[in-house]
Amino acid sequence: MLSPTIILAAAFLYLCLLFAIAYWGDKRADAGRSLVANPYIYALSIAVYCTAWTFYGSVGRAAESGIDFLTIYLGPTLVFVLCWFILRKILRISKANRITSIADFISARYGKTQFLGGLVTVIAVVGIVPYISLQLKAVSASFNVLIHYPLIVMPSAVSTVPLLQDTALYVALVLAIFSILFGTRHIDASEHHEGMVTAIAFESVVKLIAFLTVGAFVTFGLYEGFGDLFGRAMADADLARLLTTTPGSTFGNWMTLMTLSMAAIICLPRQWHVIVVENVDEKHMDKAAWLFPLYLLLINIFVLPIAVAGLLQFRGQQADADTFVLALPMLARQEGVALFAFIGGLSAATGMVIVETVALSTMLCNDLVMPVLLRLRWLRLTERKDLGRLLLGIRRGGIVFVVLLSYFYFRLIGESYALVTIGLVSFAAAAQFAPAIIGGIFWRTANRWGAFVGLGLGFLMWFYTLLLPSFVRSGWLAESLLTEGPWGAALLRPQALFGFTGLDALSHALFWTMLVNIGAYVAISLITRQSAIERIQATSFVDVYRRTEAGQRFWRGTATVADLETLLVRFIGAARASQELADYAARRNLNLGKMREADAEFVQHAERLLAGAIGTASARVMVASVAKGETVSLDEVMTILDEASQIIEYSRRLEQKSQELEVASSELRAANVRLKELDRMKDDFISTVSHELRTPLTSIRSFSEILFDNPGIDPAQRREFLGIIVKESERLTRLINQILDLAKMEAGRMDWQIDRLRLKDVVDDALGVTRGLFAERDIRLDVDIPADLPQVEYDRDRLIQVIVNLLSNAVKFCDPVRGRVSIEAALEGDSVRVSVSDNGAGVAPADRSRLFERFQQIGNTMTDKPQGTGLGLAICRQIVERFGGRIWVDSGPGQGAAFSFLIPLRPAKAQAAQ
Amino acid sequence: MRQGLRGERLVALFILAWLAFHPPIVTLFGAKASVLGLPVLYLYLFATWLAVIVLIRLIVGRGDGAEGAGEAPPRGEREG
Repeated sequence: MLSPTIILAAAFLYLCLLFAIAYWGDKRADAGRSLVANPYIYALSIAVYCTAWTFYGSVGRAAESGIDFLTIYLGPTLVFVLCWFILRKILRISKANRITSIADFISARYGKTQFLGGLVTVIAVVGIVPYISLQLKAVSASFNVLIHYPLIVMPSAVSTVPLLQDTALYVALVLAIFSILFGTRHIDASEHHEGMVTAIAFESVVKLIAFLTVGAFVTFGLYEGFGDLFGRAMADADLARLLTTTPGSTFGNWMTLMTLSMAAIICLPRQWHVIVVENVDEKHMDKAAWLFPLYLLLINIFVLPIAVAGLLQFRGQQADADTFVLALPMLARQEGVALFAFIGGLSAATGMVIVETVALSTMLCNDLVMPVLLRLRWLRLTERKDLGRLLLGIRRGGIVFVVLLSYFYFRLIGESYALVTIGLVSFAAAAQFAPAIIGGIFWRTANRWGAFVGLGLGFLMWFYTLLLPSFVRSGWLAESLLTEGPWGAALLRPQALFGFTGLDALSHALFWTMLVNIGAYVAISLITRQSAIERIQATSFVDVYRRTEAGQRFWRGTATVADLETLLVRFIGAARASQELADYAARRNLNLGKMREADAEFVQHAERLLAGAIGTASARVMVASVAKGETVSLDEVMTILDEASQIIEYSRRLEQKSQELEVASSELRAANVRLKELDRMKDDFISTVSHELRTPLTSIRSFSEILFDNPGIDPAQRREFLGIIVKESERLTRLINQILDLAKMEAGRMDWQIDRLRLKDVVDDALGVTRGLFAERDIRLDVDIPADLPQVEYDRDRLIQVIVNLLSNAVKFCDPVRGRVSIEAALEGDSVRVSVSDNGAGVAPADRSRLFERFQQIGNTMTDKPQGTGLGLAICRQIVERFGGRIWVDSGPGQGAAFSFLIPLRPAKAQAAQ
Repeated sequence: MRQGLRGERLVALFILAWLAFHPPIVTLFGAKASVLGLPVLYLYLFATWLAVIVLIRLIVGRGDGAEGAGEAPPRGEREG
């Protein structure tokens, strides 16, 4: 049986568990074994986006207008697709500048401007308080529904409970205590609250499981699965409307909701807090980019089934769709499921309240209260020793203030509104930050006046078009304001401003707020000029990925180390201050003990440390109070930035030059290798030539000596010897001629006699020269030269030389017993191909290319008697290639060889002219 | 994966998803019909949503290794 005692005990136990988990998380963090250093906890903590509004309100909205509740979750999915561009950049900037809140971010971007941070804080508090009170309302309403079990009584039927008996008040107070304990444990330059984040992640798990349990129970317990449930809904004309897009339905609203939720996922203070401030490692974003949308998908699967089931079950009764998640299990007498649903809703509400109050109180402290206090000279705050305690006090006070404000807002106004509507009003307020944030990280020219006026006008417009009407509905203001306009001015009706009708209230408000917000932001940024510090900050935000330290310095720092240290000690405590400074000194190899004057970089670092504790704007003021010397003027900033960009340009050019140099040097290396190779080849050539010359010389000399020493030698033998001498001399002459030819050709000093030739005549001449060779070796010769070949322009003697050479080679290498050689010619395009084939042993593939090198003879030169000079083919190649032809060999071992050359019909002019 | 390409792919996915989640594409699936017992609108939105999530996962990659090759990955990051 669900008695109030059991419900209260369950809620109390759940909250105790939350405290325990947060305590455990903090202990682990202190021990250095952090729980939050993992992307799953990070993604779950971002799921604080799903509040009681998701838990109860989505079903309410789905029951009313169908599938468009999904836009609230599709928008964030779209933003997370772009995590790489937007969120990652914001993360990087925030880490570099130790940003503590969304107000801090905006004030830092626009020149560390205090009044801008203050304005953002005011907008955030005014805009978000209704949203927090919505959570309290949800807790209170769900409790009131549950305690009437087994009756199902709608919250609207419950008379307002007295203040001291209201559960919501006690929940609010417990949550304030939680936030104080785990959200303001100490003033930390990094602002990480690991215990709180762990608890939030746990809450995300609880609410997801609770919602899925209810959904599964409704879908599979009350009905027989999705098909059954949706089938019944489709059969009902009224319900089918929720599952389709009827013409003329709320699709103007669709786009508005999508835009709002896209802005909200970044601009809501609690989302900013968990995504940016509590992020411990940028890389976690990569996983959260798909884990968080997946979480959203899961928690939404059963929204529509529950809504449909609720409408079916409570047909004809006065039932508030916001309570279906609770009422359905209650109707089915499932006490366990109902209690779990209540706990799930509680976890969704508490998670939101905790993070939101911590985020708001940080803003209130750093961007509103501290700047004011520091300005009030009579407080002599700047002389107080320990400001850390004061900071903590302000933040704790801020938490209590926000929670109580939300509670009383709920008591005063909350009853009149459905959950979703209040939430959307807050979304619209948070969306006002979007232009200043997105513009701030991509648009360098945007300045503080643009941001200030844009935000201010957007906020006023939001107040007028959304918040005032909500006051009217609560009965605070006369209905005539909406119907007739203020003082009867119909043009100024808040929900039809300047006669603009046809849109729903939310789209109407979004249009007007964004129009004035973005319009003023852009226009004023273009009209007014940036100051020096704005320029610096703008550059360091927009160019965060390639920032140069040069552009960062604002102080021409002459603060003493001691002054800075005292300043730090006062805000973040002695232990932390000395730790941070020691780390810094170690990183930069400084000896702080001996340093008196702090350089600009040191001042900068101290300011960043302070910014983590009290916000960038206040940190600047505090550092200014101890730093002597002037700030940099705008001109100087521009110079520095120009210098920086020049340096970047120089270094880019330098890089380019060095690349060119590298290419050049590798070319040189290649050339050097080639030269060495040529040198070696020349040496080889000389030694080979000498060797080749020596062989016939030796032969001539030895036979001459024999003849000289033996005058009485047999005449027949003498004749034989003299024959050898003559033959060897001829060979010697031939060799020398060839070497000379080759040298001339290679040096380009050969005289070429270009004539128009008939190829058949040339081949006939060559055959005439070699006929003896064929006859001597009894080799069959096939000639196939078509008579109608066009004439070629070439040097007749050289061409004969080539053909003779190929023919005599063929004779030498063809089959010794049944030798066959064939010569044929054919026209190939603009060239003539001449091939000489034999049926000899052929040429091995490895030898084919070097065959045309000088002195390369196939076969073992050490044992075989050389059959030629080794220059013939090299000369052939020179002759053929001289006028753009080429020569090659086709062969397989044992299949003979076919030497072919190709010469153009008309030699290229340039070469011929040489 | 090369970072430049990853950026371009994400932008393309964003545009695609934006179109898929807005009218008039959404209204194309708004008819009163069922597939496998599910209303087509419901099925379309959730299936597309899941596809977008899978694509983010594929494009962004595992999230470890790419930049901090030298660092030990935090607990639990190896799975999934």
